[in-house]
Amino acid sequence: MTKKPKKAKSNRSDTGLIDITQKKFRWSDYLAEKIIKGVAFLSIAIIVLIFFFVFRESLPIFDSAKPLEVTQTIGDSSVQETYGEVTDQPVAEDVQETYGEVTDQPVAEDVQETYGEVTDSSTITSSADSSYTVSAGSGFDDNRTALKSLNGKKWYPVSEKPRFGLWPLIIGTFKITIISILFAAPLAIMAALYTASFAGRRLKEIIKPTIEMLAGFPSVVIGFFALMILASFLQDIFHYETRLNSFVGGIAMGIAAIPIIFTITEDALTAVPKTFYEASLALGASKWQTAFFVILPAATPGIFAAVLLGIGRVFGETMIALMATGNAAQMGLNPFESVRTLAATIGAEMAEVVFGDTHYNVLFLIGSLLFIFTFVINAIAEFYVKGKLMKRIQGK
Amino acid sequence: MIESFNKNIKGILINEKNPEEMIKSFKNNIKGILIEGLTLSSAIIIIAIVVVMFTVIFIGGKDQITWEFLTSFPEDGMTKGGIFPAIYGTALLVILMSIAAVPFGTITAIYLTEYAKESSIIAKTIRFAVRTLAVIPSIIYGLFGLGFFIKFVGTQMDNAFLGGELKWGQPNILWASLTMSLLTLPVVIVSVEEALKTVPKELRAASLALGATKWQTIWKVVIPGSISGIMTGTILAVSRGAGEVAPILFTGVAYYVATLPASLSDQFMVLGYHIYVMTTQSANVDQTMPIQFGTTLVLLMLTFILNFSAIILRYRIRKKKID
Repeated sequence: MTKKPKKAKSNRSDTGLIDITQKKFRWSDYLAEKIIKGVAFLSIAIIVLIFFFVFRESLPIFDSAKPLEVTQTIGDSSVQETYGEVTDQPVAEDVQETYGEVTDQPVAEDVQETYGEVTDSSTITSSADSSYTVSAGSGFDDNRTALKSLNGKKWYPVSEKPRFGLWPLIIGTFKITIISILFAAPLAIMAALYTASFAGRRLKEIIKPTIEMLAGFPSVVIGFFALMILASFLQDIFHYETRLNSFVGGIAMGIAAIPIIFTITEDALTAVPKTFYEASLALGASKWQTAFFVILPAATPGIFAAVLLGIGRVFGETMIALMATGNAAQMGLNPFESVRTLAATIGAEMAEVVFGDTHYNVLFLIGSLLFIFTFVINAIAEFYVKGKLMKRIQGK
Repeated sequence: MIESFNKNIKGILINEKNPEEMIKSFKNNIKGILIEGLTLSSAIIIIAIVVVMFTVIFIGGKDQITWEFLTSFPEDGMTKGGIFPAIYGTALLVILMSIAAVPFGTITAIYLTEYAKESSIIAKTIRFAVRTLAVIPSIIYGLFGLGFFIKFVGTQMDNAFLGGELKWGQPNILWASLTMSLLTLPVVIVSVEEALKTVPKELRAASLALGATKWQTIWKVVIPGSISGIMTGTILAVSRGAGEVAPILFTGVAYYVATLPASLSDQFMVLGYHIYVMTTQSANVDQTMPIQFGTTLVLLMLTFILNFSAIILRYRIRKKKID
């Protein structure tokens, strides 16, 4: 914009002719460009803001010098009960408790208050509402204990002595992620290979839109399906004890991840240059040999990216985890046990928590972890894989 | 498909003179059949999953869907009555969300295709940000809505205009829609960008050659030429927004509100959250089973119709590009 007029002026002085490419400077044009540019920066700003605000709410955890105002959360018993009690675990690390000078908790009155306020209002709103009406009660220094307990093996956020051990949640999340990727990745990749290499045009026009439709299934619908039908169906086959467990949740999340893996893999497979295909056929390879030994290896970085993004999708999935995994924070590695994922923990407990509470901060900390994890996964998929793919296809 | 199977089988049957060769080609052809069959069956399994899910929900909910169910309020602790407030809330949510997301998404897409150079650092960063926005878990948006819109903006607004009275500093439909619009922003950007790229270069050149400025060209030539893409983006965003529950869990949704939301500071009901609460938190799950299936079917049909029209629109755009 700024360069062109200058050039035009110099043209005129040199030749004495009027350059027809010269355009009048217009304010409307200038403004439009600036506004458009400003709006475009919004997406970057949103990312920064998300990171800043989610992380900010979790900061008080690390600030152990400052006493935090803490209230006992409301509705604690209901949370514990509805999600099936955890089988008792050996009380191995009572180390945390020694740190806490938290002997008595004078917080019972606050609980009463909130219930009163909720029933006053004419509407029965979600329990999220009630938590906002409560202000923090008595203060006692317990975030030092909270910080220490993050490394623990117990997630008892609403017990007398709250403990925020993240390991059961992390293990639960990884367990589900592994199960769902083991289920979804082979299916999606092979289906993509079929669509890209073998399928005729008509079949392609059935497969691709159907999988696009699957991408449009709301996760709450998939969760409903898993909870109502899939759970009983799988239980009939495998005869395990708990109906809702990481296996059911994993399969359901796999269903949600299939369209992502399929679409990106298919893109990667079709992006392999035609010359690869032709060269392979010219050397006497058959169609399937070309597909399996030439096209598939050439597209591996893209497939890797697809699987990574599938992992990202499963890792942060909330509604399916809430509905189909049983939601009990357990450490075991058995796939047929109930688990509780990081995202589901936020979804289930944020509504019952008090603003500014340690529990509240811990939930935001979990949110920051999820954010960082997905951000890194996306960055790897974006930069590392793309660079590799380009190199491989260009044969450098 | 069948042809290539036939070819493979023919390959086995044809007698080759060299027995070693014959065995080799036999093995190869068997492998070919296996691999093609395996990949095909994966595709079939996925399609079967989609079909089964749809059929099961359709059969479970089809008797429930009556005019009354769609237009009346829930009664008797959700065990009877309809889901009208949830439908109304969902509609209101996606409308408010589109008002925020579509203009911003479209403008970002215009910047990326019309102004920014493909290789410039700014454009690359924006593209990366958009793709990151698309993969951030939806629950993080919920946390952000709570931390930013409600706790930060809302509380500031209350302090500034209402003298500390609690009005905006709590969950409501405005914050929920804005949170949802952030989530659907990348959906809009990606589809509008795709559509903008289908507008032929010659049209732009012709407009510029006639003396139009860049902005005039964009406004009068490029945007009208890609209006179907903007529509596709809007439809996809609406379908995404209608189905997502996690971002609005703590930014404005309620299980039951006796009245329809009348102002931006009201809470509201949503189909997805209705399903979630009825299946997991309700005391009498069995009693509400038909309503659960009915609500799920309504939500599924809604997103199904929206997605279907978006897919058709998109295929038309792609065809136009090829032509």
